[in-house]
Amino acid sequence: MNRLKRLIKSFTLWELLVGMKLTGRYLFAKKITIQFPEEKTPYSPRFRGIHALRRYPNGEERCIACKLCEAVCPALAITIEAEPRKDGSRRTTRYDIDLFKCIYCGFCEESCPVDSIVETNMSLYHFENRGENIMSKQDLLAIGDKYEPEIAASKRADAPYR
Amino acid sequence: MFDAIIALVWIVIKIVVILVPLLVAVAYLTYAERKVIGYMQTRIGPNRVGIFGLGQPIADAAKLFLKETIDPTAANRFLFMIAPVLSIAPALAAWAVIPFNKGWVLANVNAGVLYILAMTSIGVYGILIAGWASNSKYAFLGALRSAAQVVSYEIAMGFALVGVLMAADSTNLQNIVLSQQGGIWHWWFLPLLPMFLVYWISGVAETNRLPFDMAEGESEIVAGFHVEYSGMGFAVFFLAEYANMILIAALASTFFLGGWLSPFEGIPGLASLFAWVPGIIWFVAKIFFFLLLYLWLRATFPRYRYDQVMRLGWKVLIPVTIVWIFVIGFGIELHLPPWFS
Repeated sequence: MNRLKRLIKSFTLWELLVGMKLTGRYLFAKKITIQFPEEKTPYSPRFRGIHALRRYPNGEERCIACKLCEAVCPALAITIEAEPRKDGSRRTTRYDIDLFKCIYCGFCEESCPVDSIVETNMSLYHFENRGENIMSKQDLLAIGDKYEPEIAASKRADAPYR
Repeated sequence: MFDAIIALVWIVIKIVVILVPLLVAVAYLTYAERKVIGYMQTRIGPNRVGIFGLGQPIADAAKLFLKETIDPTAANRFLFMIAPVLSIAPALAAWAVIPFNKGWVLANVNAGVLYILAMTSIGVYGILIAGWASNSKYAFLGALRSAAQVVSYEIAMGFALVGVLMAADSTNLQNIVLSQQGGIWHWWFLPLLPMFLVYWISGVAETNRLPFDMAEGESEIVAGFHVEYSGMGFAVFFLAEYANMILIAALASTFFLGGWLSPFEGIPGLASLFAWVPGIIWFVAKIFFFLLLYLWLRATFPRYRYDQVMRLGWKVLIPVTIVWIFVIGFGIELHLPPWFS
């Protein structure tokens, strides 16, 4: 009896029709494509994109050259040199991140005692020449200045869970 | 002399009238394929070039035209260049005997079915030569697979057509269509239902389309016989594949779905309501249906394993057709109404 059923099923192409019914239904289903440059998927506030150095509201840079980020960086992507500034405060003279070495783990951000180095939500960037992959202190501060509202917003959104 | 030239020019005009819409249809079939399969996978397919992405096939063609044609050092240059031609020429030549409407046929030959079988069989030489001339193991494997597959399914296809020939009592494609006159229940797909299914399955296998695309097998042998082709050669192979798809769709509608005949024929009321529709519209609609089926099959089924393909061809399809040839024989002998009376 079972064999007969199987025979009839295979000669009427039953399973194939069931499969085609399924794909036929999906032909009219709602499409889930995101039209990328115009539409984007939402990012988590913890998303780890390109780095930035932040400033205090009075314009003073946050970084105090403690070198914790340099020490914690597992990929050795961060290079820091520091000297006392004229007013006696300790500041970096050089703060380079090699984005080719960086693995975007976020440890630098975690280790920073003054919330200076952060990873922003920006994941869309590119380099056109050799050497542009090494972000200097000026580049990082510029990114921080440009995206400060976004950085502050995602810090705020994540704060209750820390 | 002058008459001969006029006749020749007239034939060339007819060829152009057939081939230009055919090539446009081929271009837009690739677009339809990407759209339909995309929709079935809840994607939206190409939509960037022009409105709804309608410029996509033109952009693709322009890209392939401008690309460099590479011929591998170890390849046999002459055969390598001639293989795409050998594969597209029969696919286009077969259209000579397809009747688009009553009397609308380029060559009204009496051995139309034989001509079609010959042309579709020659197509495999293009694939074989391409695989051999490339001098690459993937291309060679693809060619071998494709040759064995096409030869096996040709038999099942031929047997399925024997049923049609017996029922229609003619090998002229126009007469085959005319023998199905009188309404949708007179079309041969009803008395020849198993033949129809066998014909369609072997048609899909003949054109090396999924789920029978052993010749290409992207995930196993990269792209099979056309691995080494680029630019124009590649484009011509694709053209041939899609032209063959449309050809098989046209043949299936001619043999089994009454060609240019209206499906409402013989139904009181509806018949006169749709009497104004020209036959070619019905014919094109039937071709569309089969092409959609091609894409639908591709979106639904995974590729067969090679031995399964061979088993299906030799041990299922051919016995089914042989049995049904006998059934039809009895039907004709007993003048079984309504088809054979």
